[in-house]
Amino acid sequence: MRFGFRDGYQGSSFAELLESQFPHLRPDLSGLYTGERQVPTSHGTTVMGVRFADGVIVAGDRLATMDYRVASRDIQKVYATDGYSLMAIAGAAGPAIEMARLLGIQFEHYEKIEGEPLELEGKANVLSGLIRQNLPAAMQGLVVVPIFAGYDRRRRLGRVWKYEITGGRYEEKDFDSTGSGSLFARESLKKSYRENAPRPEALRSIIEALTDAADEDRGTGGVDTLRGLYPTIKIATESGIEDVPDEETASIYEQVIEARRARSQS
Amino acid sequence: MSFPFYVSPEQMTQDKAEFARKGIARGKSLVTLEFDGGIAMVAENPLNLSKIGEIYDRISFAGVGKYSEFDRLRKMGVQYADVEGFRFSREDVRGKALANLFSQVIGDEFNRSIKPLEVEIVVAEVGDPQFVGHEKNAIYKVQFDGAIMDLQGYCVIGGSVENLQSHMERNFRADLPLGDALRLGREALQRAENGNPDLPPESLEVCLLERERRGRKFRRLSADELRGILGL
Repeated sequence: MRFGFRDGYQGSSFAELLESQFPHLRPDLSGLYTGERQVPTSHGTTVMGVRFADGVIVAGDRLATMDYRVASRDIQKVYATDGYSLMAIAGAAGPAIEMARLLGIQFEHYEKIEGEPLELEGKANVLSGLIRQNLPAAMQGLVVVPIFAGYDRRRRLGRVWKYEITGGRYEEKDFDSTGSGSLFARESLKKSYRENAPRPEALRSIIEALTDAADEDRGTGGVDTLRGLYPTIKIATESGIEDVPDEETASIYEQVIEARRARSQS
Repeated sequence: MSFPFYVSPEQMTQDKAEFARKGIARGKSLVTLEFDGGIAMVAENPLNLSKIGEIYDRISFAGVGKYSEFDRLRKMGVQYADVEGFRFSREDVRGKALANLFSQVIGDEFNRSIKPLEVEIVVAEVGDPQFVGHEKNAIYKVQFDGAIMDLQGYCVIGGSVENLQSHMERNFRADLPLGDALRLGREALQRAENGNPDLPPESLEVCLLERERRGRKFRRLSADELRGILGL
């Protein structure tokens, strides 16, 4: 019997609980490598986290590609991992989505066991551990490089972290972007970013950056007006997580496009 | 050389039951009751150590008796629920299975160990009108010997609960508004033999499962919120 009064795992980590009591349930991707050819997997593309006056905004495009084909046009790359934190994924979609799910469960599990949620810094650290565990799979091509962001209720500010495949974690003081189009997104943000920008200004910077990334990078999906698909944008502030509605994204996108049109006509 | 005395199984079970009852009777009582928006759990508990906890989206837990014992059971419940929800889906985590697990574990402990657990617990599950077949509330009570009961409306656990039980029987009605339900819960606790006849909000631990809340429906009320709702 796995649940008894005396034995079993007594800590507060869901990952350790799986490891010690249910090892068969732990996601393990290290066997996916076939030796000759990598298993085709879908990849995510441009995501970013940007600090602004009230907290932090995390955004991502909706396209997933498998080699040169479209795997999905409306994939979600930005996840709310609890009431105040967000994770954006780039890299191999399968393990990245599983990682986001596991992270959400881990935060909830800790909060229920201990009666208090983890601090934001603690949450960022948990994600480091998950990425480090994925290292064998990453060495075989299933790289996951997320962005983690959230509203820190102790310090009353938005914070954003970037990661590398070894689990290394670096806090950014303004913004960061990851994925195949991130170079272009970062260059774009660099020019429009202003510290403590109000929400409309920050949203416009983000939509400009996503538009630039989609323009230069074939793996990043822009706004799909034909199907009415818009980037996912989520905001973490003192009052929790909020989704930016498609209508708002659409109207800002219109302004961005209008400004560019005007520039090319003059 | 000493020989162990023979003790008949009847005698042993009786002794254990009496021991457990005594242990539980020393503690404070706890009331679980349905209201029009979900299920409320109300306990007399001036301490920081909680008797009530969140298990999963629609499920909460409450225990009375020995803190270290029921808190370990609560953690086991959280582990069980999170593993099942991870393995299957969030909707697959149900109160009945959880109550059965508690019943097995507490029952095993009663039968096998010399000292039984001095606890009584409640598992409450609020209905969700969005899912067909999940609409109804459920309240399960598990005793120190593993006996499990499926209750409707309300449930009282803890030491010397006769007065509380009869007060609830007389005054409980289905679909009470939240304020009335919490006032009723507080009144019942004030009637406990070892209870405080005038319980301030600071000495109450109150948690709700709110049906209309999205996702995790569990909410802990602060003393200020409670004062507002009770109108004190």
